Amino acid sequence: MAPPLIECRDLTRVYRMGGGEVRALDGVSVTIEEGEYVAIMGASGSGKSTFMNLLGALDRPTSGSLRVAGEAIETMGPDQLAAFRNRTIGFVFQQFNLLARTSAEDNAALPLIYSGMKAAERKERARARLTQVGLGERMDHHPSQLSGGQQQRVAIARALVNNPRILLADEPTGALDSQTTVEVLGIFDRLNADGITVILVTHEQDVAAHARRQIIFRDGRIVEDRR
Amino acid sequence: MNLMSAISVALLALRVNLLRSVLAMLGIIIGVSAVIAMVSVTEGAKRAMEERIASFGANLLVIRPGSSAFGGRRGGAGTATFMTDADVEAIRSEIPGIVAVSGEMSGSQPMVVAGENWTTNVQGVHSDYFEARDWFVESGRAFTPAEVRSGARVIMIGQTVATELFGAADPLGQTVRVGAVPMEVIGIMAPKGQSSWGSDQDDTVFAPITTTRARLLGYQLGVRDPVFTIYAEVAPGTNVSHAVADIEELLRIRRNIQPGAEDDFSVNNLAEFIRARNETETQLGVLLAAAAVISLLVGGIGIMNIMLVSVTERTREIGLRLAVGARRADVRNQFLIESVVLCVTGGIAGMAIGVAGAYGIGNLGDFPVSIHPAIAGIAIGAAVFVGLFFGFYPAHRASRLDPIEALRFE
Ligand SMILES: Nc1ncnc2c1ncn2[C@@H]1O[C@H](COP(=O)(O)OP(=O)(O)OP(=O)(O)O)[C@@H](O)[C@H]1O
Ligand SMILES: [Mg+2]
Repeated sequence: MAPPLIECRDLTRVYRMGGGEVRALDGVSVTIEEGEYVAIMGASGSGKSTFMNLLGALDRPTSGSLRVAGEAIETMGPDQLAAFRNRTIGFVFQQFNLLARTSAEDNAALPLIYSGMKAAERKERARARLTQVGLGERMDHHPSQLSGGQQQRVAIARALVNNPRILLADEPTGALDSQTTVEVLGIFDRLNADGITVILVTHEQDVAAHARRQIIFRDGRIVEDRR
Repeated sequence: MNLMSAISVALLALRVNLLRSVLAMLGIIIGVSAVIAMVSVTEGAKRAMEERIASFGANLLVIRPGSSAFGGRRGGAGTATFMTDADVEAIRSEIPGIVAVSGEMSGSQPMVVAGENWTTNVQGVHSDYFEARDWFVESGRAFTPAEVRSGARVIMIGQTVATELFGAADPLGQTVRVGAVPMEVIGIMAPKGQSSWGSDQDDTVFAPITTTRARLLGYQLGVRDPVFTIYAEVAPGTNVSHAVADIEELLRIRRNIQPGAEDDFSVNNLAEFIRARNETETQLGVLLAAAAVISLLVGGIGIMNIMLVSVTERTREIGLRLAVGARRADVRNQFLIESVVLCVTGGIAGMAIGVAGAYGIGNLGDFPVSIHPAIAGIAIGAAVFVGLFFGFYPAHRASRLDPIEALRFE
């Protein structure tokens, strides 16, 4: 049997500030297999974002081990982490984080610039992904000309453009109304059906219901893990 | 990330904040245009100087009573005894390597012909003068040694005088009243143009020195056959400083100067004098270069400032780029390229302004401007250097940002 896609053991992340320290993650051990659809839940400040940032190689654990797609994150140098983020992970943020005054197409193609891909191929791939998320008609629009739901779809196209194995979404529907939330979740459902591992953070039960597994955090620990 | 896409990203970022970019470039624009105007103008002045040296004759010695004719370190020419025709003859016969030597004595005189009136400098010279100065008649003839000896009433006139007195008519053979003396025009000098002091050298008249002494100037100078200045031309290939030393030794004996006493005359090499002047102009160039460097420095600090602002403003963008796989070097290079693009754009604008400015200064001051093709290289090179140097710190700062904190930045 193949090793799990994500394997955390005793994962701990401590923020030191001023005199005290915050144990944002406190000994988390969990495995996630390829193709899973996971919702992470928990109160505000329970460590969900900290956990996602570690999975996405945006941050490194204070202690414990984290293997993602066969690579030990805690041992990687900055450039290796960058390459890993570029190829293995697709990240979707609550605040979309699109580049202003930049077309949907160029926004979606951004990660490919750092893969050293030729402009023509970047364009083709970005267009394919935008079409896939239903924005085929709006390639040239700038973020300011798009609705929130459309902006989030551009962000999803950007996360997908480099064919990642894992899609991480930290409260992707937090800034969306219920109608667009449904549309965006529909996209996640389809991606997961196509085999991509989807992990999303949410506060809402009906969003979490789309996932087949719910992991609940409290005070930096996993208190519930149900399928 | 490859260079082309990095440059296009940089250009986009600069376009987005166009006014701010232009303001940031201002220092560079001023700096580069100052460098270029400065280099072009001093280069032009240097060339003009070389031409003047060539036109005056590199081997011309100017001998005057008093101390240095140009430095004025000690008492002026008026306080010392005049030199004489006898000194001229002694130099001619006793100094080796002298090909031409002439005395000169001049004064301002009114000239009248057929109602036209023009006051000019009348120079009395020996017939060797023209060879010494490398300046010859264009039409007609020069006066002969015999005419000098006899004090003939003949003159050669410069181009300006010819135009002022005769207009389009032919002056040759005409009689001009110089002061109170009617004299025949036997030659017209070739045009000479401006002197290195800016005066019109063609506004002059030459007469035998004997004639000017006897009839025109009427000075009572207390010596026989006085001359104000002696011009001596050293043969090409002769050691000029040896010739100067020989003449000094000869004149000390002739003028009875005791050993240890200082000369009461000076022997100057004009080419050297012009070179010395040139040196002061080089110093001016150094000063201008310093000003240019300072303005580039100030411009660079402006660039650094704007780049720091840009990095702070775009913290979230940097965080995003890091999150989607940009390496630190990618981020650093992006900002470095932006800084260089900013500077090079400013450099190109500065170059255009500098070239235009150099021609403008040249036109105003009426002196030549020499635009060297390497100027473009210098301007762009300086701009790239400033961009890299002052862009490095902001770019480095951008590249060290933590992706999470950057993404969270408000
Ligand atoms: N950079 C930081 N410096 C110090 N403390 C931090 C930092 N980031 C997070 N924390 C702390 O770590 C804990 C977990 O934060 P985290 O952002 O993971 O919570 P969360 O579960 O995502 O909350 P929310 O639902 O509000 O997004 C919190 O107590 C937070 O204050
Ligand atoms: Mg969070």
